[in-house]
Amino acid sequence: MLESVFSIAFFVQSLRISLPYALPALGATFSERSGVINIALEGIMLISAFATTVGTYYSNEPFMGILIGALAGMLTALLHGIISVTFKADQIVSGIAINVLAIGLTKFSCQLIFHSSSNSARIVGLEQWKFLPNIPILDNPFIVGTIILFLMLQVVLFKTTFGLRLRAVGEHPEAADTAGVNVKRMRHLGVLISGALAGLGGAWLAIDQHSFTDGMTAGRGFIALAAMIIGKWTPYGAAGACLLFGFAESLSIQLQSTSHAVQFIQMIPYVLTMIVLAGFIGRATPPAADGIPYEKE
Amino acid sequence: MPAVEMHNITKRFGIIKANDAVDFSVDKGEIHALVGENGAGKTTLMKILYGMYQPNEGKIFINNRQETVSSPAIAIAKGIGMVHQHFMLIPTLTVTENIVLGNEPTLRFDLIDLRRAQQELQKLTETYHLIVDLQAKVETLSVGMQQRVEILKMLYRNADILILDEPTAVLTPQEVEELFNTLSHFKNQCKTIILITHKLSEVMAISDRVTVMRHGQVVACVETKLTNQVELARMMVGKEMEGVIVGGNPFISHPVVVVEQLAAMNDKKLSALHDVSFTISEGEILGIAAIEGNGQAELVQVIAGLRKIAQGSIKVNNQVLNDSNRRTLIAHIPEDRTHRGLVLDFTVAENLILGRHYEPQYSKRFLFHQQTIVQFAETMIQEHDIRPRDKDLVMRHLSGGNQQKTIVARELSKNAPVIIAHQPTRGLDIGATEFVHTALLSERDHGKAILLVSSDLTELLTLADRIAVMYEGHIVTVLNAKDTSERELGMYMTGVIKKVA
Repeated sequence: MLESVFSIAFFVQSLRISLPYALPALGATFSERSGVINIALEGIMLISAFATTVGTYYSNEPFMGILIGALAGMLTALLHGIISVTFKADQIVSGIAINVLAIGLTKFSCQLIFHSSSNSARIVGLEQWKFLPNIPILDNPFIVGTIILFLMLQVVLFKTTFGLRLRAVGEHPEAADTAGVNVKRMRHLGVLISGALAGLGGAWLAIDQHSFTDGMTAGRGFIALAAMIIGKWTPYGAAGACLLFGFAESLSIQLQSTSHAVQFIQMIPYVLTMIVLAGFIGRATPPAADGIPYEKE
Repeated sequence: MPAVEMHNITKRFGIIKANDAVDFSVDKGEIHALVGENGAGKTTLMKILYGMYQPNEGKIFINNRQETVSSPAIAIAKGIGMVHQHFMLIPTLTVTENIVLGNEPTLRFDLIDLRRAQQELQKLTETYHLIVDLQAKVETLSVGMQQRVEILKMLYRNADILILDEPTAVLTPQEVEELFNTLSHFKNQCKTIILITHKLSEVMAISDRVTVMRHGQVVACVETKLTNQVELARMMVGKEMEGVIVGGNPFISHPVVVVEQLAAMNDKKLSALHDVSFTISEGEILGIAAIEGNGQAELVQVIAGLRKIAQGSIKVNNQVLNDSNRRTLIAHIPEDRTHRGLVLDFTVAENLILGRHYEPQYSKRFLFHQQTIVQFAETMIQEHDIRPRDKDLVMRHLSGGNQQKTIVARELSKNAPVIIAHQPTRGLDIGATEFVHTALLSERDHGKAILLVSSDLTELLTLADRIAVMYEGHIVTVLNAKDTSERELGMYMTGVIKKVA
């Protein structure tokens, strides 16, 4: 059994599993750093997974599907941005509304297009597309792309003008405003980035499973928020947390065949989340203005 | 030549006119004081000039050109800088990041050129003698240092019209002196300075001209050397002020509060208080003087039950203070009135019984006794002149002064033997300040033991009987208020003298 855990296949599986946590967690980091809580990630992922399926189904080009999925994610995030940034509504309520909307909208559209509210038709995956063939991990263009995104966005958040302004707006919007930073614009951008990234996460689910199934995100958008908190609102931290989740879930799959306590093993990621959230790895301090709409006058 | 001219500016918030047809003009290269009571509209007028508010009517001319200042970004581009009363700094970022934010020097790909930023700032700090650690995070800096960062922010943006909103409110006398030296230096370089304040001695000391505002209107604009403090005070308030109240000679008897070798941690789990011992007698006001962050906030929190005691004890009338007797023994006028003192979305009446709601006269079984609450609220509003006189108004809509009166009314009506007043008059106008001072002195005369923590040394010197100075979490000396001065207190507060009492 130990051999199967320390194999490359096991590591690749862990990575594959952590992708749909890591992408929305990275997105959540950008949204919350700008001061907008985005619990709509779950719904955004679901809509994107569906949009990716439809796009791939009709074009037969997985990359076209992924692009459409990311755009659908941004569009849904734009809705969240308009509600919570432009109209300053409660961000949690807006997020819940979008999540509920996403469940109904995808079921309804699935029935309309694929004549089943629970399953889509089968779509092509990325099997034909190899980045560096014969090298594990680096052969998968999606995994490679995600790693590059993380490296890039860590730099963007902490070393660029854009990142500094984004963080400033999430910590103390009034201070940023008086320094000449456009608060609403930065927050909209933060939410849009989170939509694109959560969209990619949803796209990966659909592509990896070759179809859309009803409710296929299964709470990953929420777990991603936990990963963001564990990662202390940094891209690298979120990546670490998601790898941990991926590893635990992968382990539970490996052990399922040998152990009777399957349910307990399946609990591992969630128990880990709770242990970590209870503050066992130091206090996590959110951006000071996280979740608070900015009122100018 | 006028650097700034504002014509006929009117700004309404709902039905309230914060600025009512205001004309305001500042000459290039002068220090212009803008004075008035709280709510007179000074800050609103300056926020309009800085593009944070849009006026409903009126025109703005900067260097003789009419401008529409629709955002701070535009104001900055026109050479205007502003240091706000509540600093606009981001605590988790470094000094450099805070200063360059919004005007960052960049390399390729939007990357911030931190090295160039550091170099430029280094030069700036040296030119103006405003030395500050550029790499430090702002949250680690003292208030005086943070103000320097704010001033550097303006200079970095090449502002030549500088607005400072109540810049001395949080500074020690030494820091005020340094600030005024800096401002004079700016004046010599032909920068224009607008100074919002309600400390008239400062107006006399540094300004060339004064504009006085009252109830949203400009009542006068005079040359400083042609006026005096009495005349300015009369114009600000609109009536003759009564003389300054002076602390009397109370009858000091047995100690009510005995604090022994108290120690406590701060939020970062570092020692904030150590070996703090003092007593307060019946009918005595003990003042605490300290620069922010030297343990006075933690001391108040420990006594008020908001922070754990690490070591030592607090006794009131020979009983050890604990969570169950604190309710009746301690009255607390907190520093942060909007967060700790009031529930802003509750009514005046509800706020007046907060923390006493459980007392049998206000609640029977599971329900409030509305009639007593109404009666009590009306009496309090009458006695303490809380305006507007409406017990059902939501707290948020009251002015700062009336919010503070509500807290004072509630806490003093508890009739507790000990009163803690933490910055009880910060940000209040002359009228409300006088009210709070009179109330505290009257409580003292009724035999209460009062702990008064204030950054306003004049307030401490006039009200307190003895003043304990804290430095780095420790009481360094206890002085008789009669025998000391702001100068001496300042020396102890800054650690220049480290005598241990």
